[in-house]
Amino acid sequence: MKFFRFKGGVHPEGNKTPTTSEAIQSFPLPARLYVPLQQHIGAPAKAIVNIGQTVLKGELIAASQGNVSAAVHAPSSGTVIEIAEHQAPHPSGLPVECIIIETDGRDLWIENSSEAEPWRLSEKAIAQRISNAGIVGLGGATFPSALKFNLGLKQRVKTLVINGAECEPYLTSDDRLMQERTGKLIDGIRIMMLGMSASEAIIAIEDNKPQALKIMTAAVDDHPELKVLKVPTRYPMGSEKHLVYTVTGKEIPSGKLAADIGIMVHNVGTAYAVYEAIFEGKPLVSRIVTISGGAVNQPRNLEVPFGTLVSDLIDYCGGLKQEPERLLMGGPLMGLVIPSLDVPIIKGSNGIVALTKDELKMNQQNACIRCSRCVSACPCGLVPLEMAANIKAGNFDRAVDYGVKDCISCGSCAYVCPANIPLVHFFNYANGELVARQKAKQQQEYTAELAKQRQTRMAEIEKQRAAAKAKALAAKKAREAAKQQQEAAGS
Amino acid sequence: MSRLTPVSGPHTHAQVSIHKIMLTVMLALTPATAYGIYLYGWPALNLFFITIVSAVLVEALCLYIGKRPMKQGLGDGSGILSAWLVALTLPPWAPWWIAVVASICAIMLGKQVFGGLGQNVFNPAMLARVIILISFPVQMTTWVNPLPMFSAQDPGFMAGLNVTFNNEAVDWDSISTASPLGYVKTELTLDRSVADIMTETPDWHASLMGISAGSMGETSAVLILLGGIFLLIKRIISWHGPVAMLATVAITAALFHQANPEHYAPPQFHLLNGALMLAAFFIITDPVTSPNTAKGQILFGIGCGLLVFIIRTWGSYPEAVGFAVLLMNCFTPLIDHYLRPRIYGRNRKGQPLAVQQRDQEEQS
Amino acid sequence: MIAAIVSLTILGLSIGFSLGYVAKRFKVEKDPLVDDIEAMLPASNCGQCGYAGCGQAAEAVAKGDAPVTFCPPGGRALAEQLAAKLGVDADLSNMDDRGPMLAFVREATCVGCTRCFKACPTDAIVGAPKMIHTVISNACTGCGACVDICPTECLVMEEVPETLSNWRWPKPSSQPQPVTAAA
Repeated sequence: MKFFRFKGGVHPEGNKTPTTSEAIQSFPLPARLYVPLQQHIGAPAKAIVNIGQTVLKGELIAASQGNVSAAVHAPSSGTVIEIAEHQAPHPSGLPVECIIIETDGRDLWIENSSEAEPWRLSEKAIAQRISNAGIVGLGGATFPSALKFNLGLKQRVKTLVINGAECEPYLTSDDRLMQERTGKLIDGIRIMMLGMSASEAIIAIEDNKPQALKIMTAAVDDHPELKVLKVPTRYPMGSEKHLVYTVTGKEIPSGKLAADIGIMVHNVGTAYAVYEAIFEGKPLVSRIVTISGGAVNQPRNLEVPFGTLVSDLIDYCGGLKQEPERLLMGGPLMGLVIPSLDVPIIKGSNGIVALTKDELKMNQQNACIRCSRCVSACPCGLVPLEMAANIKAGNFDRAVDYGVKDCISCGSCAYVCPANIPLVHFFNYANGELVARQKAKQQQEYTAELAKQRQTRMAEIEKQRAAAKAKALAAKKAREAAKQQQEAAGS
Repeated sequence: MSRLTPVSGPHTHAQVSIHKIMLTVMLALTPATAYGIYLYGWPALNLFFITIVSAVLVEALCLYIGKRPMKQGLGDGSGILSAWLVALTLPPWAPWWIAVVASICAIMLGKQVFGGLGQNVFNPAMLARVIILISFPVQMTTWVNPLPMFSAQDPGFMAGLNVTFNNEAVDWDSISTASPLGYVKTELTLDRSVADIMTETPDWHASLMGISAGSMGETSAVLILLGGIFLLIKRIISWHGPVAMLATVAITAALFHQANPEHYAPPQFHLLNGALMLAAFFIITDPVTSPNTAKGQILFGIGCGLLVFIIRTWGSYPEAVGFAVLLMNCFTPLIDHYLRPRIYGRNRKGQPLAVQQRDQEEQS
Repeated sequence: MIAAIVSLTILGLSIGFSLGYVAKRFKVEKDPLVDDIEAMLPASNCGQCGYAGCGQAAEAVAKGDAPVTFCPPGGRALAEQLAAKLGVDADLSNMDDRGPMLAFVREATCVGCTRCFKACPTDAIVGAPKMIHTVISNACTGCGACVDICPTECLVMEEVPETLSNWRWPKPSSQPQPVTAAA
């Protein structure tokens, strides 16, 4: 099958060898699970349990709020001991509201509600079950999958692309999933196709995963509607925009979604979660996480229940060899720094990477020499050096002109910059600033409207008061005139 | 909760730094420079050192006045590289103060005054060369034929110092000569035919090996070319600018030479003489002053090539590279503004791509 | 010599005339600066700046009589925008970077006197006589009129709390700051 080459991109060192042959291990149940209510894009879920309540594994503990939201389920059986804020796995260090469960060690599932005849489910029913299971995009974007499904149905998407690229260094969770749970994964993909009325599914796998390619290619042999496509290893192959281009040769227009051009992309992890939800009746309560990095003693791939603290994971992996220079949730290119080990694993945590100084390879920041390596590296056709210079000077409009709103924050530009300029940081800052200004403008227009309405109302009241007063005065005068007339007539 | 200063990704980096880039370029220049120093003897070595040392001192002074980090500013090697390139464009037997003034022009006027590394509009080496060429035409056009070190004609170390600091050569009249380009220009004004003049200039073999009068950077075209290819392999520079410039000069010269062989020098003469090779691989590839995109660099190279040919042929200066580069540097921001890469998901004008109407068949 | 004088004079005159013509022909109309500035202001006419209303304040700023930092509810963000609009350098050092402030009713001390909601220019306070009042946050412009008028001082101005949903990346500094995790 043919593929297309996107321009730009970089070749970071894979560093996948520590965990590429590590089979997925189950993680022993921790004593406490800190389950955040916000593990997805959109409105946070609302807790529906009380403190002291016992819950079973897979029981709904927080309901989805609206369309762009996702439900949260108990990752293990136990008692809800607290609903409080806990440090979020986010570089800001800010807290997130969590349901804290003390596990009872028995790991009891709720009643099995798996479908007797999953292949006969209607599209709507499939989407409903996905929504009930709290499934979100497990590639890291955490977009509520049910919403995406409904969108796919509405747009009559015909091609499902399964993202098995896993382009970030160190991460091997998707690789192992494809190798070890192939049958279930294929069923998950096929039921997804049914749910979207798609006519074909293309599973894209980077060529640095020869085992996964071999196993998956053999597995799709019986299913003509499924195809495995070997794509070249190039970061950011896993980015939706670039994967769509690589697989189909079409570009997603700026501001639009893949669904608008008849394609839907889902991560392999998401497809597996869909299998579990529909065929085994299990809502999303755990995921596969790669623990790796030079500072970890025993890098592994683990199946982790959500809410597990990173400290527990690191302890299970033999602890840290040394103080890591950077502790990341995600890969080294797009991963977020977590403020400490005391943060929970969430739906979007595909890896925990503890980097040493040698792996970090950071140098002193220097002035931009306009070498334009960033321009060559940018897979989106932007001009990072100009954008950063304009953002530094506060010219956000010119930065938008150069395309900062189309930036996917992949980090290719900063990766190749000889001056070690924090380019992605500039673009994240600029995009945040633009959003804030937009919000402030809307707020200002709203309050100005309110002020105007109030003034109109006050003026109206004043007018009515004046009119009533005039009327009363006129009535009084009329009464007096009448009285005088009477007196005149009477005398 | 404590407010942390958030650190952004990416959290790994390619093994490339400004320092490494500068060192690699200097490495690429070393063969040609060493050969040039060998060809022109001790005065050339003295001049080279004086240029570099005065550049470093001037840079330190500018960084101090501007309160910029000294270690980083001196340590990245960009000042030394600019000075090295300046030294390659000076007449090897020029007096010491020419070197000092050139360094001041290159570093202070060409770089620091604009705001330091990365902020300059004009190539510092070319700016310095042009300033002192116009200000001190005599010293800048006094060329000598090669008097290789350790050979019979070599004046020796002490005499070399004398040449540089006291401007006393053994016998200026007997050793000073015109560069091939200068010679050709003057002879053409005397209405001699090109074929005739070519017999008196160094043949292509000599030009290739650099056994002719000129600055150190103008001599061995082959060593410069090797240095350029080294940089290409190391991916320090891209091929677009150099190929565009050399091709433009070659094609234009060939066309004119074909049309009128008597009046226009052949293309190989243009390519092998003067600082064209040096400029193509080391000057126009200066990242700060050249365009950002491949297309832009091609346009830049073509512009430089055309200007070099025009000024060499019809201008009043025999060597045109400095002027050509400075003129094209003026156009770099314009080229960058109009020749941008196409953004993914948008057309060339920057508008989002239209969503294709999918046919009925697909939708059913 | 005559030729030189004549030719240069002709050159000078023709260039001068063409410049004048071009200046008239391609003249840019003055943009409605005052209206643009007024659109940027909170429009609550709170009077904290000392001008009678936002309209008058906009005129003053456009003329240059008022500094760009004149509007307390607009805060640092507004000052920066005004500075950018007017093309001036703003000295923002005196502004504290507290971010937008919103009014908040301390319900323990509210007596339900209704004076505050009558004073609010955007109707951001709801309440009834003898009932506890409350502030609708996204209608509040932070003008402070309610705080001034409240007899029990139960209204306070509070910073908008920073949460994961409104957190933004700050501007990067020029030196990288590696972060080591606490084990």
